[in-house]
Amino acid sequence: MRYPAHSARRLGSQVLQLMHDTGHAMFMLLEAASFCRYVFSKRSWNETSMQMYITGIKSLAVITVVALFTGMILALQTGLELRRYGQEVYIGSAVSVSMIREMGPFMTGLIIAASVGSAIAAQIGTMTVSEEIAALEVMSINPNRFLVMPRLVALVVMMPILTVYTNILGIMGGAVVGATQLGVSVQAYMDNATQFATNKDLYVGLFKAFVFGIVITTVACHQGFMTREGAVGVGKATRRSVIISFLVILVLGYMITRLFYV
Amino acid sequence: MIRFENITKVLGGKTVLDNISFEVSAGETFVIVGLSGAGKSVTLKHMIRLMLPDSGNVVVDGEPINHIGRTALQTVRTKFGVLFQSAALLQWMTVKDNVALPLREHTKMDEEEIGRLVAEKLRLLNLSDAGDKFPADLSGGMQKRVGLARAIIMSPQIVLYDEPTSGLDPVTSRRIDDLIVNMRRELGITSVVVTHDLHSALSIGSRIMMLHEGKIVENATPEEFIRSKDETVKSFLESQYITKKGKWETGLSHE
Repeated sequence: MRYPAHSARRLGSQVLQLMHDTGHAMFMLLEAASFCRYVFSKRSWNETSMQMYITGIKSLAVITVVALFTGMILALQTGLELRRYGQEVYIGSAVSVSMIREMGPFMTGLIIAASVGSAIAAQIGTMTVSEEIAALEVMSINPNRFLVMPRLVALVVMMPILTVYTNILGIMGGAVVGATQLGVSVQAYMDNATQFATNKDLYVGLFKAFVFGIVITTVACHQGFMTREGAVGVGKATRRSVIISFLVILVLGYMITRLFYV
Repeated sequence: MIRFENITKVLGGKTVLDNISFEVSAGETFVIVGLSGAGKSVTLKHMIRLMLPDSGNVVVDGEPINHIGRTALQTVRTKFGVLFQSAALLQWMTVKDNVALPLREHTKMDEEEIGRLVAEKLRLLNLSDAGDKFPADLSGGMQKRVGLARAIIMSPQIVLYDEPTSGLDPVTSRRIDDLIVNMRRELGITSVVVTHDLHSALSIGSRIMMLHEGKIVENATPEEFIRSKDETVKSFLESQYITKKGKWETGLSHE
């Protein structure tokens, strides 16, 4: 009889903890957003531009490879199926619509969550356990303004830009596969690709990227601030940051698609 | 200046501070000693509200700080400089930028004036050559001195030192002790020092308070402290080879 009561109590306390953490993360996000008006001040701009450089330029190599191969895989898989019906010319539309609507923002979100988000969680986590965050508070420097706001601005600006880059490269990757392995000329592929993708697809995809930027920053910074137990805690926070970001990106990706297309 | 009124704090089911009350007066160097886990750092964190007590009041300059708003708390915190155990320097900033940070955040000084003040503090702490280095390039003792330079750059009334000599060699430890004494002599700063190093405590303290299992077992001047009749204090003194007939008695008699 003790076991169910114990389990219920444990579940209850975990739910309460989840609600508490979510509330804390939301408060952090809202406060950081309220400081965005200071982004161009001298003391914030240096850090913001540095974060933009880390998010944008330093992620380009991995995004290039992932985007190209995502487009190539999409083209190959759909192309092989369509060829059975003699319709391989339509791979252009399949790749462009998939990339612009879903795969572009989704793949960019996952890459940035794994590379930039984990780095943010590790950095802020290390700062937390080495008392640097406490030092900022004692100096009356708000960590949400000093650390979270520049990262938030950097990610919400760079995520849509990187998504456009991912989309372009993915579509180009599909064109290469179409031309070399499916006998679809680049001209026919591009004509087909532009014929079916709409402005709405692009806007919804960019909106997703914007939301994913907010999610990655919020989760990574929050996990960093919640870090305990020294180096082991930093490792745990980093891992949790990536897992939670992946899950939230998946769920929100679905919900946004449903909101705009159903 | 700082008053603890019946402070109790429970962490992880353990009573870390058990209804403790004491007062730190202006201009003194108040040293808190005790074994690891005695609640020394927790006490320090309550003074600047990095932690809130479960019951009781912390009063700074006559103002209870437990329930004040963020703006009022910022005002209270401007009275403090804190040297953290790990120095807590921002690793991506140079020494100069670390020390200048509070000035850049809270004053409208131009860069020339900030540079002058930073150079002055670095000179005071014998760090003039380290300004362009990053914290990772510095020794533990130098990092603590940079932390101290940052703590005093805004001319605080009170400086809190959390284990200022832990992890340092004896020579560097004594140098840090001298700095703490000089802060009081030259700048009139009130100091609260947390340490488990009794040699350091007896050298720099004008009063020493010992915490044990969340309670205050002694709160006395160094002369009275080494003559304490409390068994915990006696055992603590003996563990660091300090006796009533030892050099500390001789040394203290010169003060």
